[in-house]
Amino acid sequence: MASYTRSGRPRPQSSGFELAVWYLMRLSGLALFVLALGHFSITHFIFDPATQTAQWIIDERWGSVLWRTVDWLLLTMVVLHAFMGVRTVVQDYTTGGARTLLTMLLYLAGIALFLMGTIAVMTLPFPVK
Amino acid sequence: MLAWAFHRISGVAIWAFVLLHVLDIWLVGANRGLYDEVLKFYASPVGRVGETFLGAALLYHALNGLRIIVMDFWPAMTVFHKQLWYASWVVFVVVGLPGAYIILRPIWAGAS
Repeated sequence: MASYTRSGRPRPQSSGFELAVWYLMRLSGLALFVLALGHFSITHFIFDPATQTAQWIIDERWGSVLWRTVDWLLLTMVVLHAFMGVRTVVQDYTTGGARTLLTMLLYLAGIALFLMGTIAVMTLPFPVK
Repeated sequence: MLAWAFHRISGVAIWAFVLLHVLDIWLVGANRGLYDEVLKFYASPVGRVGETFLGAALLYHALNGLRIIVMDFWPAMTVFHKQLWYASWVVFVVVGLPGAYIILRPIWAGAS
């Protein structure tokens, strides 16, 4: 297992992909501090889950391009952060072929989920006024 | 070590929920009736307890993640890693308890 410091994964000493991922986790983490906590607050504190029917999402939450854009940004950040985070977990506990296989499956699942979410937020019809 | 373990467990839990959540939002366009059925579970007492744990995982991961970022980009703060850890728990309780109350209240208020 990789060694961990008082904070998180130590900054990779080499440049390149691993260093880029290290920065990506921190930058997307900062974005998610606002986007994810904001999203949870809207869906649980400002509105109650019981009221958020499909019709309500069509009419209210996704009735504006701005909110769809905010939710798509959240999707982008969360897919990057969550899948690269689980990639670190996979790399901590596996080696060799299993590591390669699981990492590739993870990337495929991440791309698939990103496409599904993007299609969902972009193709839902706007309410007829 | 405990901070790291909680961060990892909460992170994997949130990842699992994100998988589920993209699928359920997919249903809004693909199968509206089924989405509303899933929503009934989210609004049920069991669903609300689950969302309270999800919110706790999210809040802990966010606060501890902020602590990591602070120490990574301002190494002098690493000296205070324990104080930052305690501070994150203070915020966790101050924000989390009212939050849990708001999510769980409909169970006994009978609104759902």
